[in-house]
Amino acid sequence: MDMRILTCTVNGRRVQVGYDPRESLLDTLRNRLGLTSVKRGCEVGECGACTVLIDGVATDTCLYLTSWAEGKDILTVEGLQAPDGTLNPVQQAFIDEFAVQCGFCIPGIIMSAMEMINSGKTYTRDEIRKNLSGHLCRCTGYQNVINGVERAIQIVHDSCGEQEQEQE
Amino acid sequence: MYDIESLYEATSVADACRALAEDPAAEVIAGGTDVLVKLREGKGAPAHLVSVHELRDELDGVRLLEDGTVWVGPITWFHHVTINPIIQATVPTLGEACDTPGGPQLRVSGTIGGNVCSAATSADTGSTLFAYGALLDVESVRGKRTIPIEEWYAGPGRSHKERDEVLTGIRIPREHYEGFSGYYFKYGKRRALEITTMGCCCLVKLGEDKRTIDDIRLAFGVAGPTPMRALDAEDAVRGTDVLDAAERIGELAAACTNPRDSWRASRDFRLQLIKEMSKRSLIYAARNGGADI
Repeated sequence: MDMRILTCTVNGRRVQVGYDPRESLLDTLRNRLGLTSVKRGCEVGECGACTVLIDGVATDTCLYLTSWAEGKDILTVEGLQAPDGTLNPVQQAFIDEFAVQCGFCIPGIIMSAMEMINSGKTYTRDEIRKNLSGHLCRCTGYQNVINGVERAIQIVHDSCGEQEQEQE
Repeated sequence: MYDIESLYEATSVADACRALAEDPAAEVIAGGTDVLVKLREGKGAPAHLVSVHELRDELDGVRLLEDGTVWVGPITWFHHVTINPIIQATVPTLGEACDTPGGPQLRVSGTIGGNVCSAATSADTGSTLFAYGALLDVESVRGKRTIPIEEWYAGPGRSHKERDEVLTGIRIPREHYEGFSGYYFKYGKRRALEITTMGCCCLVKLGEDKRTIDDIRLAFGVAGPTPMRALDAEDAVRGTDVLDAAERIGELAAACTNPRDSWRASRDFRLQLIKEMSKRSLIYAARNGGADI
């Protein structure tokens, strides 16, 4: 098959990239755009290491053909840092809570956490567990990961409150 | 990289039908969570794919039709079925079943129509759609037809939908859900990212006294080569008291099912699951319907 051209938004920037129609979005993001936070894990939708946000929805990119990404808005961990290098609250919370060990599964988990953060809702620990249940981690035992997500949600909600107070 | 020989993005259902008719090796891909996983193992390779992934206008969403029929678009994600207000108000047990396959990311790629078209006995929506007596609309260049779910399955992983037919809608008529409460019970070794070892859906319509079973439908996944209903068990407890029925329904259900040994579980264990899950599903379904038991 001939190469095709994908036009979409990746981490806030409009991107055009040539791709082979046999590729998954995981292949394209990792190999053609160099976004190595998107990890190649099980490749069958069981481990969650390749999770990114597609139009705001945490999706396994291993089971997502690149062709389907046409016109979509894609966010990976590379798009989370502020221009001055400041970490996103989720990234910072994962550091503060010692949620990272080998780190392979973490970019995917962070994107699922971002989906929760962006919803503006609050989550119980059980709800966080369920929302992270599409990720496998062989090091951390998950507890600090859940602590990290809980902390990040708390921090973001608190800072929203502060802004409101300032405006008052 | 997948072993794909051709990939065609259909622009409409009619366009997909045409593409499927023109290439005798072509097959439909929707969410990709079954087709791509199989393809990775070499099954169906090299694939000729006709993608309906982007046909959201025609095939996505849930609608309540004028006569009370619930229409579910086949490329509706599992998660969107679960959170849909129409589903929650009319066929909530289907929404609960759609909350069980894989993990959260899979449930925003995998589709309810794909779950039916893959025709696995372990499909979490298969038994529930069986219990609700779903009608499946298919379309090809040869025309349209409707296949009731009872006539859909041809064997493990096979359906009576022809290769060139596209599933265009899943309908649940009003009389199949009105007055029923239900429960879907999935048994697996873990609570996420797990293929069902045994799935059981019980729908029950209770009498005025909230104790007598006016009507019941009991369906299973993995209790045989395809999803199935335990019709004899239903007949035997219809009109009886729900607590008496709960005591008897396990043995009755085991008598009409035929599970097999597999690496996931032995036949004996599955029969034990059928007995226990029938009983509990009936009790939970009745409680959801207001029974004080």
